[in-house]
Amino acid sequence: MWAYIVRRIITMILTLLALSVVVFIVIQLPPGDFVTSYIASLSASGETVDQETIAILRERYKLDSPVLVQYLSWLMQLLQGNLGYSFELQKSVSEIFSQRIGISLAVELTAVVFMWAIAVPIGVYSAVNQYSLGDYAFTILGFLGLAIPNFLFALVLMYVCYNWFGITITGLFSTEFMNERWSVARFLDFASHVWAPILVISTAGAAQLVRVLRANLLDELNKPYVLTARAKGLPKRRVIWRYPVRVAMNPLISTVGWVLPTVISSSFVTAIVLNLPTLSPILLRSLLSQDMYLAGALILFMGVLTLVGTLISDLLLAWIDPRIRLGMVGAK
Amino acid sequence: MQKKTLTTLDGTAEDPIDEIGADPRVGHVTGSESQWQLIRRRFAKHRLAVISLWILCFFALVAVFADFISPNDPNDVQARYTYAPPQGINFIDKTEDGGWRIKPYVYGYDVEIEPEALRRVFVIDETDKIYLEFFKRSWEYNLFGIIPTDIHLIGTEKPRKPLFFFGADRLGRDMFSRLAYGTRISLSVGLVGVIMSLVLGVIIGGFAGYFGGFFDAATQRVIEFLRSLPTIPLWMGLAAAMPSSWSPLQVYFAITLILSLLGWTELARVVRGRFLALKGEDYVAAARYDGCSHTRVILRHMVPSFTSHIITAASLAVPAMILAETALSFLGLGLQAPVISWGVLLQEAQNIRTLATAPWLLLPGLAIVIAVLAMNFVGDGLRDAADPYSH
Amino acid sequence: MTENTQMNDANDTVLEVRGLSVDFPSRHGAVPAIQNVSFDLRLGQTTCFVGESGSGKSVTARAVMNIVEPAVIRSGAINLVDLKAGQKLELAGLDPDGVEIRAVRGARIAMIFQEPMSSLSPVHTIGEQIIEAILLHQDVDAAEARDIAIEALRDVKISDPELAVDKYPFEYSGGMRQRAMIAMALGCKPDILIADEPTTALDVTTQAEILRLLRGLQESRRMAMMFITHDMGVVAEIADQVVVMLHGNVVESGDVDSLFYAPKHAYTKKLLKAALGLNHAAARSRTSEDTEALIQTRNLSLTFSGGSRKKGAGIKALDQVSVDLHRGEILGIVGESGSGKTTLARVLMGRFQPQSGEATYKTRAGKTVDLTNAASFRDRQVYRELRMIFQDPYGSLNPRMTIEQIIGEPLLVNGIAKGEALRKRVGALLERVGLPASMMERYPHAFSGGQRQRIGIARAIALEPQVIIADEATSALDGSIRAQILDLLLDLRDELGLSILFIAHDIGVVRYFCDRVAVMHKGQVVETGTAIQICDDPQEPYTQRLISAVPVPDPRKRHLTTATATR
Repeated sequence: MWAYIVRRIITMILTLLALSVVVFIVIQLPPGDFVTSYIASLSASGETVDQETIAILRERYKLDSPVLVQYLSWLMQLLQGNLGYSFELQKSVSEIFSQRIGISLAVELTAVVFMWAIAVPIGVYSAVNQYSLGDYAFTILGFLGLAIPNFLFALVLMYVCYNWFGITITGLFSTEFMNERWSVARFLDFASHVWAPILVISTAGAAQLVRVLRANLLDELNKPYVLTARAKGLPKRRVIWRYPVRVAMNPLISTVGWVLPTVISSSFVTAIVLNLPTLSPILLRSLLSQDMYLAGALILFMGVLTLVGTLISDLLLAWIDPRIRLGMVGAK
Repeated sequence: MQKKTLTTLDGTAEDPIDEIGADPRVGHVTGSESQWQLIRRRFAKHRLAVISLWILCFFALVAVFADFISPNDPNDVQARYTYAPPQGINFIDKTEDGGWRIKPYVYGYDVEIEPEALRRVFVIDETDKIYLEFFKRSWEYNLFGIIPTDIHLIGTEKPRKPLFFFGADRLGRDMFSRLAYGTRISLSVGLVGVIMSLVLGVIIGGFAGYFGGFFDAATQRVIEFLRSLPTIPLWMGLAAAMPSSWSPLQVYFAITLILSLLGWTELARVVRGRFLALKGEDYVAAARYDGCSHTRVILRHMVPSFTSHIITAASLAVPAMILAETALSFLGLGLQAPVISWGVLLQEAQNIRTLATAPWLLLPGLAIVIAVLAMNFVGDGLRDAADPYSH
Repeated sequence: MTENTQMNDANDTVLEVRGLSVDFPSRHGAVPAIQNVSFDLRLGQTTCFVGESGSGKSVTARAVMNIVEPAVIRSGAINLVDLKAGQKLELAGLDPDGVEIRAVRGARIAMIFQEPMSSLSPVHTIGEQIIEAILLHQDVDAAEARDIAIEALRDVKISDPELAVDKYPFEYSGGMRQRAMIAMALGCKPDILIADEPTTALDVTTQAEILRLLRGLQESRRMAMMFITHDMGVVAEIADQVVVMLHGNVVESGDVDSLFYAPKHAYTKKLLKAALGLNHAAARSRTSEDTEALIQTRNLSLTFSGGSRKKGAGIKALDQVSVDLHRGEILGIVGESGSGKTTLARVLMGRFQPQSGEATYKTRAGKTVDLTNAASFRDRQVYRELRMIFQDPYGSLNPRMTIEQIIGEPLLVNGIAKGEALRKRVGALLERVGLPASMMERYPHAFSGGQRQRIGIARAIALEPQVIIADEATSALDGSIRAQILDLLLDLRDELGLSILFIAHDIGVVRYFCDRVAVMHKGQVVETGTAIQICDDPQEPYTQRLISAVPVPDPRKRHLTTATATR
């Protein structure tokens, strides 16, 4: 068990390093380097460029050194918590992060929880009542969930709410609570806004989860141990929840690994359409204006978020599945 | 002598239960159908998949003949018709003498100014009948990109009359024509992207599966790594890094390349998995023992049994590509105007006020949903039919 | 079931099944799974249900528990008799998920299954699974239930039951799992135990242990046992009553002695003939005295470096294996699963290379080829003379090629025939193995298991080989077909002068088919000798154990269960 955890954490660290290389490449791709962009942005805003500052910056980011050295110094800066500087917003990236990270995480985590909360009962229902009317209905809904891009769903929802019910569902707070401190009233306001993005973000992931759970469970339902449990005299419902669902959950927990990237991708698009005060609109802006340090840091952050989520799901799986816990089979 | 009793018991290969008679509970299989015949028959049973296939054929026709069926030049700006609503087509024309004839027409527009909002409002003008005719000459284009012509499927009887089946956008461009063009681009991105990922996936997955060992382990790690990343932000990062000076064609290929760079993993996984599974099959070992060379084992004995699986995986990858392209373009990081794709079209529908005035701008969204649904159904049908020997 | 065969007191009848029919719903209307099945189960007696695969035995067993979904019980009655209260409970008409039937399941009727690994939940401990049933049916608290579970494990002779109770199924061996299943079934002391092919997935020595255990428990507890099997040997060992099923119908039933010695139905006779034929055949003595070895191995050793998960150095698949295959003989390699017999075949076919030892093959041209060297196989000559028949008749034929293409492939790639000549050769080969030549345009899925195995044989003899290696070539076939295939191979041996290396786990087949036998155990050859000597006078302790564990299809010669029944 411990050997597995250690191995898993080492893998994650290696993956993180690989991710940082990819992000660094993305940062390096646009023509011009950090300082030229900095100068450009300063002169654009009418300020004079201080040669000394430029020299200091060039030195700090080792811009005149080989690419490898540049990468390492960038990595060291990252590890020290210095995420870089946004030219466009004239702020340090860390500052932008601290303003929005809470809301981002809150929205994404709620979406993940919500997704599971609706997917598990539907998946179990569809598998147990295969080919029933409800199964067909959920299957069709699932196909729709997969076929409608998140941004389109957000647009349609926005249009429907505005046109038919006269409500605007953009943002996460009403204007009066926008810059308030957290209070009960502000939380209620938040709750009255957050349902729309949660709904949009969780559909695609939930549709995938239902499909996976249904397929897994259909496999498990035919296994002899289900018959064994029924031959003991257990009620059918208890048999299903205690045995096949329990076994089918294992691969489902490991699917968190690939559901998380989906959730983060879709929360990204949704946040932009619904104009949520999360990190996503910032990432879009930084990408459009090629503000690459900010963009790179944000992509890295989203990657880290998924990797940590995957790690947690793997550890959870190891914890609940005795076959992995006792080292009989390797986790996928 | 015991042996004698057994040989007389049954010397020929009859049904196991010869003198007892065959099992009355099961039907009989003829078994003279080939793999593809079986696949086609099983696919045909999947009714939704068959319908979807016809829908996709329709989409393909629209894509190929986009210019021919577009009555207006999709980039033709007609400022007079900003946000003109869709015109309904009428087929039965009542003549002034009270009789009727079949002659399709649409009504023209009247523009009024709403006094309080100072907004232009289009009113259908029932007195202005614009008759439609088939194979009318209008704007010039090259059919199939080579044959210069100016004949279009539908046109107005008199030239320079407004014809907006699906309404017009902010610049008064015809949504119908733009949608037809968007179909062409969006579908081709999906197709080209999948072909690129297919090449990558088959080569990499095939090598990994056949040689195994270190190469296999390394590709497995790379695939796991790519699959653990949130795709959209990464795509966007790569897309944003494209120089803004690139021509639309360059951007198009760059975007497709970016999509397939991250999209090959699933295909490689399928190819590798099938390869590994097949390597362990007895009939592949038997082919080796028959004296077949490696090449013959692969081409004659292994490839036929996984082409259907690869086609299935590829057909399920196309909608993912289309969705990705659409999302990127919608966010302004994918294809750029003047190139028209479904995502680019939806960019026009980003804010709520535009949507409220011109909901028809969401029509490309409907096209996306129908296309992706149909592709998923076809993919599902293929997957069920791909291995006709299971069960 | 006639009344006059009931020797026991009728009061012992604990289950009466009358006119039971079960249907499977399908798109084209209901398909009957079993029709009009009637039988009785009596306390202290074992009733064996026998028939080939698909005959409806398992459906009958499940119908008794009223768990047949998605099928439905169409008609018939299942009366469960409460002998103390003198009441009858009709099970067939109950709601399959209702309280009444659930109170019966596990408490009065318990069931064990064929595949002990998949019949136990992989994510719960053995203890959890046993305790669950006890808590469900008995008025005890958790601690008491645990004690009962430990006691149940002790009863099935699992060592250290206090520790074993907290283990997961995958930590048990196959035989241990089946014991745990039995412990779970017997935890609530049921009147009826249904055993659905409980030993089919086990090795023959483990099978003997489980049969002994079941018989012992059944007698000491005076249970009624419904025992499903396809093996007439097992029937002879364990049954008091026998019910023979075919195509979902009961074709014959009666007590075991009269069924074996005076069978009435043609199908029963056929089953018996197939089983007795193999076992009673005087083991064949070698006809040729040619001692020229075609295949010779000396001290062949191969250790698989078990993956990183497994502890230890790895598994010794082959350990100093030395065997000779002489010209014209049939050499049997016998052993239980994991004994290394299949690995030996694969080494000889060049699939694995051994770490040490020699393996040579003498070609027709008189050249000696080193089989341990992968390069020896490159020029195809070895594969032309050394052919293989596979175990799985379904996996060994490419489903995407016609029979003509499959059989023609070796002729084609070796440049022996093509076009019309090839078709003719394939037609002749098909007829040689007993299939009409007109079938060559069909695909494998049109054929039954036995027919497919014939196709595999046709492919093997297409190149007129010297040696055939048959890896469990008849294990996947039902009894009567197995005999046909063996006879076909014997005929071909005489006709084509073949030498056959026959790998099997079934002693009966070996006795009938082989000239000489090598017994393998844990990678080693423990004994070599003529088939007669190995079967009738085994010298090594392991061989003795193996031979004595084989059930004999004769109820008057019981040796597995009687020894311990009195214990």
